[in-house]
Amino acid sequence: MSNQILPLPRPVEVINTGLGRRRAAERRFRLYGVAAITLALIFLVLLFISIIGKGYTAFWQTQVQMEATLAPELLDIADPADRNQVMAANYGAVMKAALRQAFPEVTGRAEQRQLFALVSSGAEDILRQRLLDDPSLLGQTVSVWVPAGGDIDMVRKGHIDRSLPESERRVSDQELAWMDALVQQGRIEQRFNWQFLSTGDSRSPEQAGIWGAVMGSFLTLAVTMLLSFPLGVAAAVYLEEFAPKNRWTDFIEVNINNLAAVPSIVFGLLGLAVFINIFGLPRSAPLVGGLVLTLMTLPTIIIAGRAALKSVPPSIREAALGVGASPLQTVTNHVLPLAMPGILTGMIIGMARALGETAPLLMIGMVAFIVDVPKGVFDPATALPVQIYLWADSPELGFAERTSAAIMVLLVFLLSMNALAVILRRRFERRW
Amino acid sequence: METSMNETQQQAKETVFRAPDRGDLQATATVDREVRRTVGEARVADPRIRCNDINVYYGTAQAIKNVNLDVGHNEVLAMIGPSGCGKSTFLRCLNRMNDTIDGCRVTGDILLDERNINAKEIDVVPLRAQVGMVFQKPNPFPKSIWENVAFGPRIHGLARTRAQLDEVVESSLRRAGLWDEVKDRLDKPGTGLSGGQQQRLCIARTIAVQPEVILMDEPCSALDPISTAKIEELIDELRQQFSICIVTHSMQQAARVSQRTAYFHLGDLIEVGATEQIFTNPQHKLTEDYITGRFG
Repeated sequence: MSNQILPLPRPVEVINTGLGRRRAAERRFRLYGVAAITLALIFLVLLFISIIGKGYTAFWQTQVQMEATLAPELLDIADPADRNQVMAANYGAVMKAALRQAFPEVTGRAEQRQLFALVSSGAEDILRQRLLDDPSLLGQTVSVWVPAGGDIDMVRKGHIDRSLPESERRVSDQELAWMDALVQQGRIEQRFNWQFLSTGDSRSPEQAGIWGAVMGSFLTLAVTMLLSFPLGVAAAVYLEEFAPKNRWTDFIEVNINNLAAVPSIVFGLLGLAVFINIFGLPRSAPLVGGLVLTLMTLPTIIIAGRAALKSVPPSIREAALGVGASPLQTVTNHVLPLAMPGILTGMIIGMARALGETAPLLMIGMVAFIVDVPKGVFDPATALPVQIYLWADSPELGFAERTSAAIMVLLVFLLSMNALAVILRRRFERRW
Repeated sequence: METSMNETQQQAKETVFRAPDRGDLQATATVDREVRRTVGEARVADPRIRCNDINVYYGTAQAIKNVNLDVGHNEVLAMIGPSGCGKSTFLRCLNRMNDTIDGCRVTGDILLDERNINAKEIDVVPLRAQVGMVFQKPNPFPKSIWENVAFGPRIHGLARTRAQLDEVVESSLRRAGLWDEVKDRLDKPGTGLSGGQQQRLCIARTIAVQPEVILMDEPCSALDPISTAKIEELIDELRQQFSICIVTHSMQQAARVSQRTAYFHLGDLIEVGATEQIFTNPQHKLTEDYITGRFG
């Protein structure tokens, strides 16, 4: 009974038998990781394809070449050097005359209305600018490239299906015939749509631009950054380095963490109640938007700042204190530079979130239809995500492609901010 | 490398380490192991720093119990003892670095220039310029070598113009024995130097603010023997101008560099005296046990 027939296995042999299962588990885990990343990348690619696919056409604009006679009796201008007269003149009449001249066979009011829709109302601005630049053109015939009307633009880009029967189409056969005639004469072209990138919003999609929203977002973010960075860093430094460790500071820390999780629309309500109603700041201004977004970004910066400060090794502080530096000198000269990469990352994360926030801005009124490009922080403005929301809501076909184009602009903004973050991190990184 | 040591130190160096349990060792200590009062002369005439009744508490635990000790002018005082006996804690009291530790309480008087620097109303910033510290692990700032040394004089206003700062940097690095090695790379980061060079850079940084006392907390424990020898040479030179307190784990080092030695044991100051007396003829049995290697 005490005879051992089989010897006890050596520990090494026991380990070896279990190895197969362990290796299989590791392979599975690696597979899960690769699968997760692949899935994420697939969705990212799908996102880009769908957005860029729908939006890239917005960067091109169909333009029509017209011969416009700047007849003084149509324009009602006596003196071409008088700026006021030139500004107030009726360029619409000139364009209509030009169109009638191009298609003299068109009669009847209904048909003529359709004819005039071939060209966008933006043509009037082009003519006005020409006359302002060169008053001697009055009475002469000029050849101008003007943006085509919205429907023609959509047909040229293929968003309106020509093969459908006429009753199901927005454009009539007659309009298509005129368009084909212009194409044959070589008077229709697709050109890069600079107007999209340089003007503000408009009711007609072919004249709508993103620049107003870009400037609004830029001004709002500038205000946010100028306010939240110093305040956030100072708060983080105080809480981490100088504040005594007692119940109050624990309470403050808990509250800051909670604020970081508050839904952003609550900050919008706060902005409406305090900044607009109590302080009386102008509605829809980037200043108010910036203040609201500052409140939203501060907790993120404070939390990232504290983590970055905590990660600086205490030996640096001891060395500085040992030489006789005061606590503030220790922080500003030694601790803060070492913590900068982490703080900057926190700031860029906060800014990226602020750039994409719509809800708080809706509450303070940056949702209005603003046509002018804002020049200062007190001018009414709108922001990129709000603009996307407004355009997504609009029925015109032209706005559908512009929504996707605006999303592309927003993504470019975000990618540049992240690239900036990476560059700044590299610059400030030190090894110790 | 010639080391300039005096006769007594030479003697001490040769007789410092006695192997335990040698048959012919005469046990000369007389004071029993249970006795915890300080044996020997803790006081000197005309001290640089005088410590009276120092007690240090970390929360409720007491780390230093009723220590009275003087540091004299132009001398090196070595503090030896087993790990955890409170030598570093006591050293840090002398420039109020224990303030940076939460929950640490220091009671008693520390008199420097007739002023009690342990009082709450003392401004520790000029105190730390007067009493400099070199830490165990070399901790140069992650900045250029020049900036490392120039930081102290600049913030204290000891040198203002670039020319003055250059002068201070050069003289400090020369005294620390580092100038020849770094003079053509002053703008390179201090962290790119070797361990021994980094420690000498830290010493240069400390002496750049012209302190009167230098505290060294096991400065050579992380270094190789050659760097250690250089730093011990440096300590000997600095002794002519400063008072130095050095905490060390190595009894041989204590014997080599110091004039007086203090032995700490579990928070008590057991024995203080001239170095050669401590190492050849200790009075307290605990000191003798430690010296002969029975524990520690």
